[in-house]
Amino acid sequence: MLKRDLLILIASLVCGSAFAQFRVEVSGVGLTQVPIAIATFRGDESAPQKIASIVQADLERSGQFRAVDSTGASMDEGARPEVSTWRQKGADALVTGSITRLADGRFDVRMRLWDVVRGQDLGGQSYAVVAGDLRLVAHRIADFVYEKMTGDAGIFSTRIAYVTKVGQTYNLWVADADGESAQSALKSAEPIISPSWAPSGQQLAYVSFESRKPVIFVHDVSTGKRRLVANFKGSNSAPAWSPDGKTLAATLTRDGGSQLYLMDSNGGEPRRLAQNSSIDTEPTFTSNGKTIYFVSDRGGAPQIYRMKSTGGNAERVTFTGTYNISPALSPDGKWLAYISRVSGAFKLHIMDLATGATSAITDTTADENPSFSPNGRLVIYATQQQGREALLTTTVDGKIKARLAGQSGDIREPDWGPMQK
Amino acid sequence: MKKLVLAAAVAVLLSACSSTKLDNVPVEDKSGTNVTQPGGAGTGGVGERAVTPVALDTSKVPDVANRVVYFDYDSYSVRPDFQALIETNAKLIKADKSKKVSIEGHTDDRGGREYNLALGQKRAEAVRRAMGLMGVPESQLEAVSFGKEKPAVMGSTEDAMAKNRRAEISYR
Repeated sequence: MLKRDLLILIASLVCGSAFAQFRVEVSGVGLTQVPIAIATFRGDESAPQKIASIVQADLERSGQFRAVDSTGASMDEGARPEVSTWRQKGADALVTGSITRLADGRFDVRMRLWDVVRGQDLGGQSYAVVAGDLRLVAHRIADFVYEKMTGDAGIFSTRIAYVTKVGQTYNLWVADADGESAQSALKSAEPIISPSWAPSGQQLAYVSFESRKPVIFVHDVSTGKRRLVANFKGSNSAPAWSPDGKTLAATLTRDGGSQLYLMDSNGGEPRRLAQNSSIDTEPTFTSNGKTIYFVSDRGGAPQIYRMKSTGGNAERVTFTGTYNISPALSPDGKWLAYISRVSGAFKLHIMDLATGATSAITDTTADENPSFSPNGRLVIYATQQQGREALLTTTVDGKIKARLAGQSGDIREPDWGPMQK
Repeated sequence: MKKLVLAAAVAVLLSACSSTKLDNVPVEDKSGTNVTQPGGAGTGGVGERAVTPVALDTSKVPDVANRVVYFDYDSYSVRPDFQALIETNAKLIKADKSKKVSIEGHTDDRGGREYNLALGQKRAEAVRRAMGLMGVPESQLEAVSFGKEKPAVMGSTEDAMAKNRRAEISYR
């Protein structure tokens, strides 16, 4: 036990702070979970990344898989497995594979997925990549397994953005969906809030206080080039992208009061969406771009409304409770995630938009900022556990949760990026 | 006084005419402290290389205690007991057309970040409106919000939260 802890400590020191940041802790019991065994890949011990472990963690975090113990078995993708052995262990599926170092320094990764029940080969994948891309390969393998077994698109090779605060330093991070391989897109001595991925997955819009007032930047993540798109009089915040990437909705106070505007995502003159003397903020587009959900306190307290993205009358959406904010829509338009204040606690809720039925899906009391995965199966959100800020993912029914636990500083403001193109 | 201004003006003209352009900015003599140019006409200095310091008159910008307006919970209107503070600041700003002031609104740490940004904005705008009514030109004022991002006091006690619900008049 001690030796293992020591090895983990050394590994985390050697690999740097991004690696040491996150551990995945999965909790809860799902209704239908595929029992799957992921055998250690041949060549795993000397490989820079433990492919099988990453695949297993991804599948468990989805809530739709339950890992079956596969210790002792190290098989490669070529060996035909003894299905009866794996049936006895309770597995419905098995992943085998290998990782081999090539002469040019790259790594050859191969895998195969087996249907243990029918004894069938469901297909395989092979990759040749540099060491730095091994985690991405593991996520792609997890996507392949997920799609074969569930029929849904996998989200394990997507990216997330989030903000950390350590002392007086703020960082905007871009990381894998499991929180690992984080890279800083922006470092600032002033707050950064509301990061929002462009539909292309290439840019992030966010609010920065670096000039001592909130302004909106559009930032190209791979080049670091950014454009100041909103620095109008007063405060500029809550950027949200239209699905075609051409328009940004935002909250501006240029005409007095927090009101919603639309503008070209390259910047330019904003068009006011609605006119009233209340607070309108936190706009978010539906997947077809036709409707905008937003927060307004025009009724006396903050509630969620929706209106056509061309403007016009708003329709109230939330009716329970006196404080409902931070709307996020599932890509299929069926679910609304939001934060509701209940007896002083701020709690993540899900609403079935067809029926209006709502349910609280967490047992924490300081939830913030929900964002759906691009396949609509998971929600990432910020909360506090044991007095520390943390990011969690949850299945939409609330049954399976996974903590992406930061080890230093406060972590908040997550946004889930789009499917990789 | 006139001799000093004349001397300074002559020094500036001389430097402007010389072949090496001096990076000179005409000095506004507000505080009555003596100004000497290197090699120029000094007044009352001790010795050839004496330098007389200039202290900019910062005493006119109120210290923090006199620049912050506090708000009650769930409230965005200026309490009567803060009118005097706002008046003092308004007079200062009106007296100097070049002064630009940012009124920064804040909230306590309860609730969502974007909604709190909007609530902080309401506080900043309440103070801006009050100043506008006292005759301060709009062009000299900008109301912005920090929401809950920059608390004055950490912690979630009633006392800490009360100190965070505020609008700060910030001279830029």
